[in-house]
Amino acid sequence: MSAALKIGFENPVAQSQAVFRAVMMALARPGTVRRLDVPVDAVPALDPAAAAVALALCDYETPVWLDPALAADLQVQEFLRFHTGAPVTEARALASFAFVPLGGEVPALDDFAQGSLDYPDRSTTLVVAVEALAEGEGWRLTGPGVAGEGRFIARPLPADMLDRLQRNHALFPRGVDLVLTCGDRFAAIPRSTQVDA
Amino acid sequence: MNAPLTSGYNFAYLDEQTKRMIRRAILKAIAIPGYQVPFASREMPMPYGWGTGGVQVTAAVLGADDTLKVIDQGSDDTTNAVSIRKFFEKTAGVATTTVTSEATVIQTRHRIPETPLKEDQILVYQVPIPEPLRFLEPRETETRTMHALEEYGLMHVKLYEDIARHGHIATTYAYPVKVAGRYLMDPSPTPRFDNPKMHQSPALQLFGAGREKRIYAVPPYTDVVSLDFEDHPFEVNKFDKPCALCGAEGVYLDEVILDDRGGRMFVCSDTDHCETRRADGNRGEMSPDSSENRP
Repeated sequence: MSAALKIGFENPVAQSQAVFRAVMMALARPGTVRRLDVPVDAVPALDPAAAAVALALCDYETPVWLDPALAADLQVQEFLRFHTGAPVTEARALASFAFVPLGGEVPALDDFAQGSLDYPDRSTTLVVAVEALAEGEGWRLTGPGVAGEGRFIARPLPADMLDRLQRNHALFPRGVDLVLTCGDRFAAIPRSTQVDA
Repeated sequence: MNAPLTSGYNFAYLDEQTKRMIRRAILKAIAIPGYQVPFASREMPMPYGWGTGGVQVTAAVLGADDTLKVIDQGSDDTTNAVSIRKFFEKTAGVATTTVTSEATVIQTRHRIPETPLKEDQILVYQVPIPEPLRFLEPRETETRTMHALEEYGLMHVKLYEDIARHGHIATTYAYPVKVAGRYLMDPSPTPRFDNPKMHQSPALQLFGAGREKRIYAVPPYTDVVSLDFEDHPFEVNKFDKPCALCGAEGVYLDEVILDDRGGRMFVCSDTDHCETRRADGNRGEMSPDSSENRP
């Protein structure tokens, strides 16, 4: 055990709630950029927002898939194991949450748990770190949670990300939900959102 | 604001693992509008039927700086509303209010406030039977498949039978809706008068059914369409008279029996709306402070 285990949340009860509320509103209003307004003492390999999502929502019931770089990082493993107790899985299709750091390769969305038509909720929430995200420009978003239409862009993402998101939406009610983090800012694109160029 | 309990309970009663489980269910419910997410409902210190589902959703959502409003059939003052409000005052120490516009979280039993809701407000419904198809098909395995296949013809047959028998759609509460063009959803036993308020509401709507262990959601700005037929379009209940106390029209009214000789009055079901209007000087025909009614 390294001596420098990061403490995560200073006040887990209040901070988990604050993070959850922000994530909830991000999913309820796709493409709106939220700011994490609680301090998180996290390992450097994880964005503060991504670490906050893990601390607030993961526990022994939620298998977590980690990008190879994260999975190889002992600090990340210790941090997640100590604070959340979440089992780390290599099987993407079994993961409740999946984390991809900046520079990591985003796997095919349909590699992850998609849920079934009977139980579409049994699907992965994918948390991907990006360098920049902005609302008001870029992709056109429509669907539940978007008043009229919204604009949202994040980069870097795979060149075919738009196509992947469209296929993910076409599977509705199956599919994954995407949370994009950028430092302490984040936004979400749930499977219910129609994304166009 | 009351001093929160410093020992004995976690914030808002539920333990953190339970809250995380409920929170994850809420996130999936929002991502799949109208789909009922199963969750491991806990026993609460109140009986089923008193809103244990709504209470668990509220407990998972609530933060220390929230302002909570609880209504039961539109009223802030009935037993159910008072007990739940006190429950959260005691276990979470949150501020409470009866004023719709001041609340950040509103837990409701069977009404949607008359005052239009705003962005970032959260409406939490207490739901007794979340499955709209349950009285038509008792088997959970079958209703689940019907949702999976979007096979909702049976509900249209039920509404058609209403028309065949009564000449109009006689379903007055828990009137089935279709959410975002996909899932058939029970809006909980709200009067169908309230159905149009769910459509494209700026507020987030969360539904909790404790006994049936289901959570579902309607995100803000989402289409919520009441089922109907071209030749029998959906209509809301209409009232002959305005509220007898505040004179409001176009609101949902409760009938109050006054004596055993057929005396009755119709008053706003939403007590906050009625009180606010009366404070603004609006008077109905039976208002005690109306000049006509003074001796």
